[in-house]
Amino acid sequence: MIKVYVPRDSSALSMGAERTAKAIAAEAQKRGIEITLIRNGSRGLFWLEPMVEVETDKGRVAYAPVQPKDVTSLFDADFLNGLSSKAKSHALNLGLTEEISWLKKQQRLTFARVGITEPVSLEDYIAHDGYKGLKNALKLSGADIVKAVTDSGLRGRGGAAFPTGIKWKTVLDTPNEQKYIVCNADEGDSGTYSDRMIMEDDPFVLIEGMTIAGITVGATQGYIYLRSEYPHALKTLNEAITKAEKAGYLGDKICGSQFSFNLEVRRAAGAYICGEETSLLESLEGKRGQVRFKPPLPAIEGLFGKPTVVNNVISLATVPIILDKGAQFYADYGMGRSRGTLPIQLAGNLKQTGLVELAFGTTLRELLYDFGGGSATGRPIRAVQIGGPLGAYLPESQFDTPLDYEEFSKIWAVLGHGGIVAFDDTVDMAQMARYAFEFCAIESCGKCTPCRIGSARGVEVIDRIIEGKDHAKNIQLVRDLSDTMFNGSLCALGGMTPYPVLSAINHFGEDFGLEAKKVAA
Amino acid sequence: MKRQVLTALTTEILRENSNKITAHIAAHKIMPGALLPLLHAIQDDIGYVPEDAYLPISKALALSVAEVHGVVTFYHHFRRHPAGKHILQICRAESCQAMGSAKLETQVKKTLRIDYHETTPDGLITLLPIYCLGNCACSPAVMLDEEVYGRMDADKVAELISEARAA
Repeated sequence: MIKVYVPRDSSALSMGAERTAKAIAAEAQKRGIEITLIRNGSRGLFWLEPMVEVETDKGRVAYAPVQPKDVTSLFDADFLNGLSSKAKSHALNLGLTEEISWLKKQQRLTFARVGITEPVSLEDYIAHDGYKGLKNALKLSGADIVKAVTDSGLRGRGGAAFPTGIKWKTVLDTPNEQKYIVCNADEGDSGTYSDRMIMEDDPFVLIEGMTIAGITVGATQGYIYLRSEYPHALKTLNEAITKAEKAGYLGDKICGSQFSFNLEVRRAAGAYICGEETSLLESLEGKRGQVRFKPPLPAIEGLFGKPTVVNNVISLATVPIILDKGAQFYADYGMGRSRGTLPIQLAGNLKQTGLVELAFGTTLRELLYDFGGGSATGRPIRAVQIGGPLGAYLPESQFDTPLDYEEFSKIWAVLGHGGIVAFDDTVDMAQMARYAFEFCAIESCGKCTPCRIGSARGVEVIDRIIEGKDHAKNIQLVRDLSDTMFNGSLCALGGMTPYPVLSAINHFGEDFGLEAKKVAA
Repeated sequence: MKRQVLTALTTEILRENSNKITAHIAAHKIMPGALLPLLHAIQDDIGYVPEDAYLPISKALALSVAEVHGVVTFYHHFRRHPAGKHILQICRAESCQAMGSAKLETQVKKTLRIDYHETTPDGLITLLPIYCLGNCACSPAVMLDEEVYGRMDADKVAELISEARAA
């Protein structure tokens, strides 16, 4: 029976994949053709969703975007026989999926299986190199695994870019009967969706990564702190966890070893601040998500006061391939101190949005124009925000910056979680700066004054600038306020809100009533 | 007469809710860090977290009523009052702004004749802002109950609303 693939990823569903799948099944039945309908993850070419694929001798053939109204014509064109000349002549035929240059140019390591496999099929996962990393890890000591993760150069993909191996070593070296692995799946940054894709489209890779973390540091309990905005990820993860438990990959004596590891998904409740690791831990403990003072580090006193590894979804999901193919394999990708690959998420006003996994070092320009295809509206791209709502806005003059943690620091910007949001020339940057303060005010946990009060005052000062009231004085005031927030806030929410605000003023001064040429970059 | 019937109905609902809350507390009480999962269970079941639940929760989890209130009010997701039959959330984050969400939210508010955090007079829809649905590659996005919809415009949202009304 011919296999037909229609994604179940929630972005694909948001473009109507469910109706497309139903229409294909109904049409096949009507014509008396037997097909196997597989609900795979998304390949990440979101401007082409819903993308339907059909299996052939030469690999899968893609048709996109397929809406229910296209289904009859696809059957008429013998689309199930993807290599036939009739099928090739259909307007939606994109040829072999693997040959689509947008995909072919990528280096998919963390996302190797995403879009290819059926997300909750453990058999499919294993058939595509799944659990090879864990098998290797079970033969190694905790110290050896820490060494492999350290040597790979993997740094926290949540945004802070702290070396994962060092974090693990601290927990390994802190003796305690109870330790925890906590996955930060509170992906709240606008423009990011790679965590969601991993959880919905390849949940076992996250489970495997967390299990490896558990056996490494001696933790027997893991929690995935998942944002409440991701109901599909919740269902998928729970289904995958149940399957892994039944097959002996979770629970007592995993894979017949002496290690035990249990995993539970906990739902967040819509507070952006809970993406900050210490407020996340407070929230998991059942409290208000208020930021903790550091030290003590969570690695020493974390969840319920016990040593805790807190890692982002992508960091944990990258561990299996490092343990499978070796630290050097992973470290061979990248540039400078940014080793490996970064799953980049193209979002906002771009023609070709989606998931692009590449080694560090690609320039923003290549991503925006070669992959992104320029703006969706056809107007010039004027500003790009990278790294979520706390990331800087970059003007065109900085588009040649390579994606690298250190190179971004040099231009007072951050890579963060790899989300790229493009704006065309209709954007009003004064409004974006105002929004940055407004967002900070809405989401502030209230613990420290610079963030709690500063954000509210920031909105007011920007409003006065927009009105033109005491202009020079208020521009200076917003700079002073940003300085206080940058240096005086407890965590990154208040501390980084100055990035979008000041970058907007510095690079797009004309929107604030300043003459562009007089503004220092 | 009408008022008496209503009161009786309300009393019945409150009693039913109270029984549900008691059952959820019993099911969650021994969980480590039980409060958030418990509040989720209550809201999923009865649509909001009634203040009547604070006292039994605080007793079961050895917290003060103020602590329970503090947690319920800290998180945007928890509601202290019943919402409409459907919840429509419009993404206000940057990616959706880059694709015209500001215009979309103005139009939807106008169509529904309500502002954020309000419910239509017929009780059909509660409108809420949301900051990122993880659907940034298909901006602007909205979420109706548990489903996300991408590349939205005012007409498409109006269609979703009329489908919800017809259902």
